[in-house]
Amino acid sequence: MWGAILVAAAGCYALKVAGLSVPQRVLDAPRVQRLALLLPVALLAALISVQSFGEGLDARAAGLAAAVIALLLRAPFLVIVASAAVTTALLRLVV
Amino acid sequence: MRPIVRDGLGVGVAVGALGLSFGALAVASGLSVLQACALSLLMFTGASQFAFVGLIGGGVAAAVATALLLGARNSLYGLRLAPYLRPRGLAAHFVIDESAAMAVRDTPDDTRLGFWSAGLAVFAFWNVATLIGALAGNAISDPNAFGLDAAAPAAFLALLAPRLTTREPQAIAGLAAVAALASAPFVPAGTPVLVAAVVAVAAALAPQREPVPA
Repeated sequence: MWGAILVAAAGCYALKVAGLSVPQRVLDAPRVQRLALLLPVALLAALISVQSFGEGLDARAAGLAAAVIALLLRAPFLVIVASAAVTTALLRLVV
Repeated sequence: MRPIVRDGLGVGVAVGALGLSFGALAVASGLSVLQACALSLLMFTGASQFAFVGLIGGGVAAAVATALLLGARNSLYGLRLAPYLRPRGLAAHFVIDESAAMAVRDTPDDTRLGFWSAGLAVFAFWNVATLIGALAGNAISDPNAFGLDAAAPAAFLALLAPRLTTREPQAIAGLAAVAALASAPFVPAGTPVLVAAVVAVAAALAPQREPVPA
């Protein structure tokens, strides 16, 4: 177990360092800049959809809906997150 | 307190709540408290850690490989952050979803401030919460009863929303969300998110019809 933990942790750190160590001229390429802007958008959107709907429609989908409403009401970050957790927890209590 | 620092602390607290569930989940997956804490201290990238403890029961190779595949997105965050962060060896450890998102700012100084305040706040709260969650372990037998598993996507949503100001990122986000969900039944756990990365790569390499507003 410890071996797996240390190998995976070292690998994840190496990936982080690699990203910061790419030469400047690579960074200046327009396509790389577009990628750097669009990639987090795609990954975050995918994380949201997989973590909310990956196991079918359940209480987490309601939590996400609550978060969307909080977001549209311009609620602070913590309120957005809390509204999702509370909605999901209450729904699980009831259902 | 500067609003950027306050936002960073807010992200730290939110992610800390998630750390509770990570600690509890790690112990439930057969890790010791020390091993759970080691993951949060040394790996320090939440999605990889969740994947690792989720898959370790099924085999070491899948757990390590999936953690690394998920960690690959931190390389791409680094691409954009590289001009602003020194020293690289230290800053690299704090390149995660939240710090990269909070570093989307108009000036280099604000970019650095956003990165470090979110990175350090998340590191502090994440590790303390992991320890508490792991110790609580059996006491929080079901972190999902507290809706903690719904907190993560909500946090990601709050991080994503400010980036969706123009049509292109909106389209990419929609496409990526659908692609990840549609591919989930057919690819190994953890990889649907990387399918979304392919969508972003394709969009970035595609010829542009019109200039994209900055």
